[in-house]
Amino acid sequence: MTTFRIEANPTRSAATASRAALGGLIARDLTVLRKTFGEFVLRTLIQPFLLCFVFLYVFPKIGQAVGGSSAGAAGFATILVPGVVGISIMFQGVQSIALAMAQEFGFTREIEDRVQAPCPIWLVAVSKVLSGSVQGVIAAAIVFPIAAVVHASGVTATVSLHWLEIVTLVPLACVAMASLGLVLGTSFEPRNIGLMFGFVVLPITFLGGTYYPWTHLAPVTIGHVHWLQTLVLLNPLIYVNEGMRAAFTDAPHMHLYVIYPVLVGFAALFLSIGLRNFRRRVLS
Amino acid sequence: MAEDVIVTEGLTKVYEGMDAPAVDHLDLTVCAGEVFGLLGPNGAGKTTTAGILTTRVVPTAGRAFVAGIDVVRHPALVKQVSGIVSQQNTLDRQLTVWENLYFHGRLFGMGGRDSRARADELLESFSLTKWSRASVYALSGGMAQRLMVARAIFHRPAVLFLDEPTAGLDPQSRLALWEMLAELNREGQTVVLTTHYMEEADQLCDRVAIMDHGHILALDTPDALKRSTGADTILTVKVDRDGERLATALARDLGGVVSTRVAGDVVTVQVRGAERLVPRTVDLAEAAGVAVLDLAVAEPSLETVFINLTGKELRE
Ligand SMILES: Nc1ncnc2c1ncn2[C@@H]1O[C@H](COP(=O)(O)OP(=O)(O)O)[C@@H](O)[C@H]1O
Ligand SMILES: [Mg+2]
Repeated sequence: MTTFRIEANPTRSAATASRAALGGLIARDLTVLRKTFGEFVLRTLIQPFLLCFVFLYVFPKIGQAVGGSSAGAAGFATILVPGVVGISIMFQGVQSIALAMAQEFGFTREIEDRVQAPCPIWLVAVSKVLSGSVQGVIAAAIVFPIAAVVHASGVTATVSLHWLEIVTLVPLACVAMASLGLVLGTSFEPRNIGLMFGFVVLPITFLGGTYYPWTHLAPVTIGHVHWLQTLVLLNPLIYVNEGMRAAFTDAPHMHLYVIYPVLVGFAALFLSIGLRNFRRRVLS
Repeated sequence: MAEDVIVTEGLTKVYEGMDAPAVDHLDLTVCAGEVFGLLGPNGAGKTTTAGILTTRVVPTAGRAFVAGIDVVRHPALVKQVSGIVSQQNTLDRQLTVWENLYFHGRLFGMGGRDSRARADELLESFSLTKWSRASVYALSGGMAQRLMVARAIFHRPAVLFLDEPTAGLDPQSRLALWEMLAELNREGQTVVLTTHYMEEADQLCDRVAIMDHGHILALDTPDALKRSTGADTILTVKVDRDGERLATALARDLGGVVSTRVAGDVVTVQVRGAERLVPRTVDLAEAAGVAVLDLAVAEPSLETVFINLTGKELRE
């Protein structure tokens, strides 16, 4: 066997060791991503593909175009394509973090090993959010071209790339949604994943402005109260999708002065709840 | 070399919503280079103790130090010098056998080249080289356990913790693991293990703490613990009826009886320095009108010690 040089004392400061551990955690996640990239691409593309196929190809073909006329259908495409990017970013957060984490906390217990890394426990959760965000960015990059090309003739989204918004809002949205994934993954037991989808993920996606811009919700009123438009302001996906509209199209969207700070706020909120949950799940 | 690797002072853990403490004012010291065992039945508080020392359980009171570092105040530093094999299989299912080791090195701050070399070297010495590229799903229980030990000592920890390392292993894998741990210890590795198998504690440990209900009931070398029973022979007699009567008769007439115990139809007698034990026991039983169905003679074990301390068997 090997000769031992026992580390009787810690040889590195907590900060040095933590930095190395964070690097190791992310390197591990990216290796797994590389090894399963085909699977990653498939599961990332299937939902956007179906959305675009049904709404932008089948509907116009059978004359059930959302938005009425052909021009309306093209307008709808311009709304839907960035929405599809936004929803993909959100699903990446749910899939790469919430589902994986629920499983690792649940029956595989892999998390037991990960938290033995020589760093504070919260950093393990942060590493998950970071690698989840990287996956979100990759998802956005492969979804956007697909979403922009799957459509019937004449139902073309009017794409206009605003690079400043793309390179800031996409990563910001990814961090916010990955943090949401952390909250979900640390709040739900594996056996309650169905509940999580039914009561959290579905409402967020359907009321998240994927199929309509937030401004179009104004006509939904009771008396003079724009109740739906007000209510969905609680939904983080609204800001993600409005942000994607600002980044990828010239379509009207919520003001950037609102989108940026609110996304930062959601990211901070989810991250702090998620880290607290994570710590509570790991320590007893 | 008699440096203390682990010190606890009045270590106590009361889990939320529980009345009784899981660990109750534990004071112990583990010296560098020894194999230290926590032996006790289910629920004794072994995993909780190991959990506190490995920074996963936050103590309610008291203090604990690993390599001189306070586990509550500097958990990240404690983790730098600890190697942990937990009760469940915590191997990374999405990585190969080799990658499980390699990324552990990266996690502990080793560079790519050092980590690769160490992974190769450990797979070799743990006879897992052949499985290097296999998924961890392909490993048997014994091999998975070996890989977990290899991973735990990868970063050359000051202390290696193992929680019930052989629970659920087949007898052959258990022997192999004992051999492996003994070898690591010969090379200087300090080991702390928990177990509810008295043979394991007896075979492997330099010192054993016998635990029950969060307390340490006795702490010494296995030999000293066994000597403390005062007996050199344990006589176990299975009878058809009237165990109590036989116990009384043996205690009175056998000579050198340290204690007797009746559990159902089994009478256990701890004896010192008695001769011709078997024929005399049969005779005494006959005289008492009790039929002997079965009879066994053995040396005292840690089980005997546990029974003397608690009045119950280790496995109940
Ligand atoms: N996370 C927990 N929450 C509440 N009680 C616990 C928890 N873990 C262990 N216990 C209780 O603490 C006691 C000691 O448990 P444990 O340390 O696991 O013992 P052992 O490892 O010796 O079997 C038991 O009564 C157990 O039920
Ligand atoms: Mg236990």
